[in-house]
Amino acid sequence: MPAILFSIVLQAQDTSLLALAQSQAGTVTSYVSGTFKATHIVNMQTIESPAKGDLNFIVMHRFGRVNDGSYNFFGLDNATLRLGLDFGITDRLAAGIGRSSLEKTFDGYLKYRMLLQTSTNSMPVSLSLLGTISNYTLKFTDKSYLNATYRTAYTIQALIARKLTRAISLQLSPTWLHFNLVPAARDQNDLFAATLGARVKYTKRMSITGEYSYLPSGQVSSMDTRNSFSLGWEIETGGHVFQLVFTNSQGMIESQYIPHTAGSWGKGDVYFGFNISRNFTLKKK
Amino acid sequence: MLKSVFAACLLFLSAASAHAQLYSTADGEISFHSHTFLEDIDATNKKVSAVIDPASGKMAFSLAMKLFQFKRKLMQEHFNENYVESDKFPSSTFSGSFTGNLNKDEEGVYPVTVKGHLTIHGVTRAVETPGTFTVKNGTITGTASFKLNPADYNIDIPFIVRDKIEKENTIEVNIEYKPKQ
Repeated sequence: MPAILFSIVLQAQDTSLLALAQSQAGTVTSYVSGTFKATHIVNMQTIESPAKGDLNFIVMHRFGRVNDGSYNFFGLDNATLRLGLDFGITDRLAAGIGRSSLEKTFDGYLKYRMLLQTSTNSMPVSLSLLGTISNYTLKFTDKSYLNATYRTAYTIQALIARKLTRAISLQLSPTWLHFNLVPAARDQNDLFAATLGARVKYTKRMSITGEYSYLPSGQVSSMDTRNSFSLGWEIETGGHVFQLVFTNSQGMIESQYIPHTAGSWGKGDVYFGFNISRNFTLKKK
Repeated sequence: MLKSVFAACLLFLSAASAHAQLYSTADGEISFHSHTFLEDIDATNKKVSAVIDPASGKMAFSLAMKLFQFKRKLMQEHFNENYVESDKFPSSTFSGSFTGNLNKDEEGVYPVTVKGHLTIHGVTRAVETPGTFTVKNGTITGTASFKLNPADYNIDIPFIVRDKIEKENTIEVNIEYKPKQ
């Protein structure tokens, strides 16, 4: 009987030492990471940005419309492209530049990670602020009055995201767009919209994504606009993220896809395309 | 009868704990390394919680996987998200003992053998490694270097990156224990 008691005491000591080590460690409050695998869902920018000293190279490609018919190989004959570079100035502040073939537009932006979601939920969301500037350089022979100022647009977005589970993340981006010049008097120079994005991760590296931009009516009257809706499938492999996308927007930057989407999903105005993002670590510690 | 046995138990337990001079730290250091011709992976965790009882030889560690620091942020993110799945398995632990002479009151270097169970990614395996305890200025510093295979702990290495991660990773332990108040 005493022998049994003795061994029980020793056992208690064994696991109690581990319990002591664990209680000494305490709970670690850490920031939630990997809310999204990339800086874009389809066209929408996410709260993610490159780490300090990292450079992301992004190629965004949209073919023509799927309803273009077999003669145009269902849109594959046509293409618009955006090439972009994102750079992490600090872990929170990133800057980017890009150029789209659509209207030969240059764009630049600053993205700041203001708030980070914590694992203990003391901060329930991640919040980033995005400011972009775009300038389309396409020449119009009949519109010689278009100077650099008139061709420029600005957008401000608040990117609010939450990683709900290891598989599901959501993001809401209220947006203010400002166009220095709009085509018609009834067009607004200042537009307000909101975009909702989601990703559902079904393996460790593959996800289905979607985004929807709501542009309240009455703001753009010079063209028949639709709300931008996109679906994507993405796979992350080490330093690359590949995204295959279907969208009714031909434009890939905020000042194009939010207010100037003409395509209708119902009519088959769907652009198939892809985004490829490659991460480079430049800083040698 | 049962009451007196119970009372005796309690007395024994309290007596046992009263005699144990534990040494501990919350800032132990454990790092792991993988070197291949394609990629070098090095990460260090400087917040290892460790407790040791020099008298009985028992020791235990606990560390948070999220606190492994990498030089490349993206590598750290992939380590947590894709490999060790630290949201599912937030900490790794070791529970075991060392055999060998250790005199906590006499300065010197004491080679020992450490044996016990290591739990990583929800998998527990027996491990054994030689180690060294150095007693100096009233503290005990334990060091050890051993190899482990991530696949043994169900850490999935995808085929496409199989040449980027060494089959056997090297683990370096460097923990300075102070007397526990």
